[in-house]
Amino acid sequence: MRFLLGRLMRSGFLLVGVSLLSFLLLQLAPGDFFDEMKLDPQISPQTIAGLRTQFGLDRSLPVRYGLWLQSAARGDFGYSFAYNSPVAPLLKTRVRNTALLAGVSTLIAWLLALVIGVWSAMRAGHWDDRLCTGVMSISLALPDVLVALALLLVATRTGVFPVGGMVSTDFADLTLWQKARDIGAHMMLPVLALVFGLVPTLVRHVRSSVAEALSAPWVRAARAHGIAPGRLLLRHVLPVAANPLISLFGVSLATLLSVSLLIEIIMSWPGLGPFFLEAIMARDVYVVIGTVLLSTVFLVAGNLIADGLLFAADPRIRRS
Amino acid sequence: MKVKPHLWIVLAVLAVLHVMLLVPGFVAPYNPTEQDRGMPFAPPTAIHFRDQNGSWHLRPFIYAVVANDDGSYAEDPRQKYFFRAFPSGAPYKLAELVPCTVHLFGVDAGGKVLLMGTDRYGRDQFSRLLYGGQVSLFAGLLAALLSLSLGAIVGTISGFYGRWVDDGLMRIAELFLALPWLYLLFAVRAFLPLSASPASTFFLVVAIIGLVGWVRPARLVRGVVLSAKEQKYVLAARGFGASDLYLLRRHIAPQTYSVLLTQATLLIPQFILAEVTLSFLGLGVAEPVPSWGNMLSSLQQYHVMVSYWWMFLPGIALAFLFLGYFTVADALQAHVQSASA
Repeated sequence: MRFLLGRLMRSGFLLVGVSLLSFLLLQLAPGDFFDEMKLDPQISPQTIAGLRTQFGLDRSLPVRYGLWLQSAARGDFGYSFAYNSPVAPLLKTRVRNTALLAGVSTLIAWLLALVIGVWSAMRAGHWDDRLCTGVMSISLALPDVLVALALLLVATRTGVFPVGGMVSTDFADLTLWQKARDIGAHMMLPVLALVFGLVPTLVRHVRSSVAEALSAPWVRAARAHGIAPGRLLLRHVLPVAANPLISLFGVSLATLLSVSLLIEIIMSWPGLGPFFLEAIMARDVYVVIGTVLLSTVFLVAGNLIADGLLFAADPRIRRS
Repeated sequence: MKVKPHLWIVLAVLAVLHVMLLVPGFVAPYNPTEQDRGMPFAPPTAIHFRDQNGSWHLRPFIYAVVANDDGSYAEDPRQKYFFRAFPSGAPYKLAELVPCTVHLFGVDAGGKVLLMGTDRYGRDQFSRLLYGGQVSLFAGLLAALLSLSLGAIVGTISGFYGRWVDDGLMRIAELFLALPWLYLLFAVRAFLPLSASPASTFFLVVAIIGLVGWVRPARLVRGVVLSAKEQKYVLAARGFGASDLYLLRRHIAPQTYSVLLTQATLLIPQFILAEVTLSFLGLGVAEPVPSWGNMLSSLQQYHVMVSYWWMFLPGIALAFLFLGYFTVADALQAHVQSASA
């Protein structure tokens, strides 16, 4: 239990650290959201100065951080200048959409990677293993941008999947079942792109850790004792190979979120990605900080899940 | 180290690619920013060996390409232009220093050969691909150099001096790892000026990528230094009164080289991709300076993506470069593993 508690504490510190780091970076930023208004002759300098005071932009950095902490405690996480609203409610739907995409993609990518990786490790050295390794190396080299654009091209040419957005225009009139199908269809392209970006790396790790477990002397001994191959794989080899893979889960989530940022923008999925880019362009600083913090929360949560799984899977950690 | 034959091929291809991208002015037939508004999105020029009379030519040639009123292009078989080696053409500076007008290839005066077609402003896509590759490649190389040096310094200090220095530095490293890397990159970009001159944006992008990516090399170097400083001959040297600086330089730093080299082959493609991603989204190197990222960004427009396949070529060039780097990285890693086993 100490292990899990320690991890939880550390995650809390990390979040505070990231928010502090963001504010330190903020200090470096030249200009702010209201700079563009200066160019507009209709808005007087007094109005702009007033707005700055109202949003606390004229205060010193520690004061602003203090104010932001207060607003975070209230559950607002700062104020968006562009949307004229607290940040948290703006982020809510976007987070849900990103989480949906990330969750489904992670699930599919891991299932695929486990199947391919285990198969490849068991057939190590055969032609199908080599073919698989070759294909994975090549797909690893394909940049995400290119994959996403190629998928879009195929989808527009053939019309198999809807392109862009998350729902059709007549979404409101659909029944619950049709709604689910509509979202599912819109998800196909971004999920495909994400899975494609993630699977090659995962397969590599699954293959190498399963191959390592398979090459251990005790596996040969178990085979000699006549334990059936299926039982050997499921009951003995996979649990041994699982350990490094569980730690990889947290890392894979980080990669997925990074790729997802780009894919969401290209495929105009209404998640954190396009929102983040828009906020950067508009210098909507509190939205930027909120998004950065949220991405950290995602990652921290992923790592906590991985720690929990490790705790359940590895008796050595439970003992300590 | 025994090098497998397929690796030699990969290394040779990588070397040729790098030379081409390092002296783009010589290989590129035209100026990458020269516009020809009458020829938007012209397709790649067809290269012929046989003319319309059926006679064969040893020297390849092209026909003049004319724009039709409906935006399509057609060949005019009355005007023939032969390829030439080392013609004199648009002036450029070799390695940014020596003024030069000689190019690797071109066609007879009056003709224009477009190996990869043109973009929306009628600029030669092949020349832009080379110049853009120079920008993207240099961004990757410089950023990798920056983050490797930073990582080596931090990792060495952290591993060698240990205790609170190590604790402090590794806590900061954890902070950097707590963010998905692209979010971190974007966040840092968000707090810096969005519009500046192309040269300063380039260095800004390089600095950001380099500063954000130091953590992984630092942690790996730290691990190597930690085990190296406990080795008997290092302890012996210390016993003979060797200074910290001597130990680091003579005994410890050389052990980190293989880790740094392997990291370099992994970081360079990652950082090239980072530059491409930033420029693709309009946060990096901006027009008129070409980069593979901002060249690909025209594909965000629907009609470009659907109609003009040659606009995808920078992405394919990128994939080849990555394949080369990853193959070398794999070979290096296998070598390091077999050497340590």
